[in-house]
Amino acid sequence: MTFLNHLISGISLGSVYAIIALGYTMVYGIAKMLNFAHGDVIMVGAYMSFCATNYLGLPAIGGVAVAVVVCTALGIVIERLAYKPLRQAPALAVLITAIGVSYLLQNAALLIWGSNSKNFTSVVSGKPLQLFGGALPVSRVTVVTVAACIVIMVGLTLFTGKTKMGTAMRAVSEDKGAAQLMGINVNTTISVTFAIGSGLAAIAGVLLCSAYPLLVPTTGSLPGIKAFTAAVFGGIGSIPGAFLGGILLGVIEIFARAYISSELSDAIVFAVLIIVLLVKPDGLLGKRVSEKV
Amino acid sequence: MAMLEVTELGISFGGLRAVDELSIRIEKGGLVGLIGPNGAGKTTVFNMLTGVYRPTDGGIRLDGENLVGRRPHEICKMGVARTFQNIRLFHNLTVLDNVKTGLHNQVTYSLAESLLHVGSYRSKEKQMDERALDILRVFDLDGLADYKAANLPYGRQRKLEIARALATDPKLLLLDEPAAGMNPNETAELMETIGLVRQKFGVTILLIEHDMKLVSGICEYLYVLNFGRLLAEGTPDTVLKNPEVVTAYLGE
Repeated sequence: MTFLNHLISGISLGSVYAIIALGYTMVYGIAKMLNFAHGDVIMVGAYMSFCATNYLGLPAIGGVAVAVVVCTALGIVIERLAYKPLRQAPALAVLITAIGVSYLLQNAALLIWGSNSKNFTSVVSGKPLQLFGGALPVSRVTVVTVAACIVIMVGLTLFTGKTKMGTAMRAVSEDKGAAQLMGINVNTTISVTFAIGSGLAAIAGVLLCSAYPLLVPTTGSLPGIKAFTAAVFGGIGSIPGAFLGGILLGVIEIFARAYISSELSDAIVFAVLIIVLLVKPDGLLGKRVSEKV
Repeated sequence: MAMLEVTELGISFGGLRAVDELSIRIEKGGLVGLIGPNGAGKTTVFNMLTGVYRPTDGGIRLDGENLVGRRPHEICKMGVARTFQNIRLFHNLTVLDNVKTGLHNQVTYSLAESLLHVGSYRSKEKQMDERALDILRVFDLDGLADYKAANLPYGRQRKLEIARALATDPKLLLLDEPAAGMNPNETAELMETIGLVRQKFGVTILLIEHDMKLVSGICEYLYVLNFGRLLAEGTPDTVLKNPEVVTAYLGE
């Protein structure tokens, strides 16, 4: 039973990583950039939900809605102000700008909410579900997190595969120039990508803090890095890859913490990543890109 | 009034004058060739017509509307579509989805509808599928709709690029070396296809080509570029006999 218990909390944590990783992977797939500020959008989302429920007295669902709306807008603004002017710049310049935006968000949060941690109230209330006659309690947050992750993954797959905006995204991802000449507005397409990614980050932030309630300005950074790892692990640019990578990473982390050492769990997570990348450099579901000579 | 009016068009890249004082007029329904030796600036002209490059001087008007300074996707909406010298299909997309990218502006439904899978989303997507299949049928590609574009043989990739461009519902179709890399049989088939396209879609065509058999076989009028300047213009018979044109192609 303890094994099952760990597995469930692993899948739960992994689902949060997967939702964050989906945002990373979409932005990378379409805009071809690593948005290192993505993790901090999670933190902003969690603070927004916290403020909406604690100061404005909105119900939990209202808090989530506020977080999603604010983060979606924030994602679009960040892209317009920080990344769009660098569309033609070398990838390294964009990467450094993203790190800059990350610090900007963290320090803005520090200024507004201070360094003391806030105690986040879970958006999902109610007693844990008792499986196997009480032998296996599963918290409601876990159920909601895993369900949200699956719904988001399926929704995104359908969206990119079966809608005209999704087709435009895949076209932009392959060849921006040709896409433009087919009448696709590349800037709008990239904005939509950031909007979706950031909206997902808000949901991830709320779910993360519902499970681990200490909210500080750096709350998003480590999960952000781990989710990035998950996206690379699964094959960056691939939606099912981000999902699989996120879940596996969460499970590995919880198992490492439970059976090996809680201090070493992060080190073990990254060691697994290094080994996977040595064997399969494109990630689990990534496509092998062979250079033509 | 001509459909396409290019007046004294010029562009400089730093100190290099790639195209200079080029004037072109194409009447509606015309099939016109733009020829010239390698490096003459032909593709640069296409890039200016489609908004990829912004000309340094001169004007471009399509049915009287100015194109200079507009962005590529806007120019596409106004009715100019093109293919590329080196095929630029979306290789990982299916044949059908490639054509659907061209239909992007033809069918509209809101982002919210598509995110939530409600409203007219389904019927509009179905409408797009049908329209795309209709276009593919003209090129005999409808049986390959679910194939990845990358897996098509070369000649069919060229056809798919034309199909994708036609999906944008253009008034003016620009073909950049459509016969490049084709054998004589494929070229002959392509000439037929171009004739068919003109007839079925009622488009005006401007094409860049090196294959003189194709050029003299289907073009009604030719412009010859050399070092970015207009060297000669006229019907294929007169232009191809022009000693200056022969010298430009073959040397002294």
